[in-house]
Amino acid sequence: MWKFFHQMASPPHFYRIAAKMIPWFMAPALMLIAYGVYAGLFLAPMDYQQGDAFRIIYVHVPSAYLSMMTYMVMAISAGIGLIWRIKLAHAVAAAAAPLGAWFTFLALATGSIWGKPMWGTWWEWGDPRLTSELIMLFLYIGYMALRGAIDDTTKADRASAVLALVGAVNVPIIHFSVEWWSSLHQGPTLIKEGGPAMDPGMLYPLLAMIFGFTLLFGGLLLRRLRAEVLFRERRTKWVKELVLSGGK
Amino acid sequence: MDLSMGGYGAYVWTCFLMTAVVVIICEWRARLRHRRVYREIEVRIKALGDTQ
Repeated sequence: MWKFFHQMASPPHFYRIAAKMIPWFMAPALMLIAYGVYAGLFLAPMDYQQGDAFRIIYVHVPSAYLSMMTYMVMAISAGIGLIWRIKLAHAVAAAAAPLGAWFTFLALATGSIWGKPMWGTWWEWGDPRLTSELIMLFLYIGYMALRGAIDDTTKADRASAVLALVGAVNVPIIHFSVEWWSSLHQGPTLIKEGGPAMDPGMLYPLLAMIFGFTLLFGGLLLRRLRAEVLFRERRTKWVKELVLSGGK
Repeated sequence: MDLSMGGYGAYVWTCFLMTAVVVIICEWRARLRHRRVYREIEVRIKALGDTQ
């Protein structure tokens, strides 16, 4: 087990293995998402309160879940990099941030579009779920801006890791905001006492979308990570040999 | 198959379309970044080879 992790932390080994792993993430991701989109749009029964507008859940929930999960991946990787000084961990955090920012943007945009017909407004500043999710977008942007502002990679890794760790406090706030405070946003649907409060016909496409998006994130992260590793290792012998051999 | 989504079509389809666009952008940017880094390294190695 430790040998596996040790090998994976080695940039040249990781770079080669990641290329082989990407299709194993992307292919099932696309299949699950294709099923989820079709079943979510056309097979799932209509919601008795929200009508067909509820179908936005099939893109909104996976995006919102990934916005938080990506932040945790980023913060944990940054923490590992900071404590154990594993270079690859910092590369994971750096590669995850733009993906997290995109998924957070999607969660906010689809939530806002869903809010208009259901709540009668695009945005409500007093709502804790909306505001804390917006803070998460600012944290991602701040993390990337901080990295971009420091030329020295080691210094950028350390400074941005501290920001990532401090910002992690926002993740439980987002998750529990609908329980802690009065909110326009509906309460938990999937993770709640007594199991999910959804018809199986609605639930299975949603689960397919969540798993599909998670695998998609894995594939995208690996792809970004390969570029990040290559950039960080650009002056090493193995990269020179790789490029001279035509990338094989 | 009700494409109008009971009158909510504009909201529903916009969300799905936006998600598809973002996923495509993420994939495209990841590939582009790798290609750019690889190309820069290739150019640098070639330049070093020419000067030696």
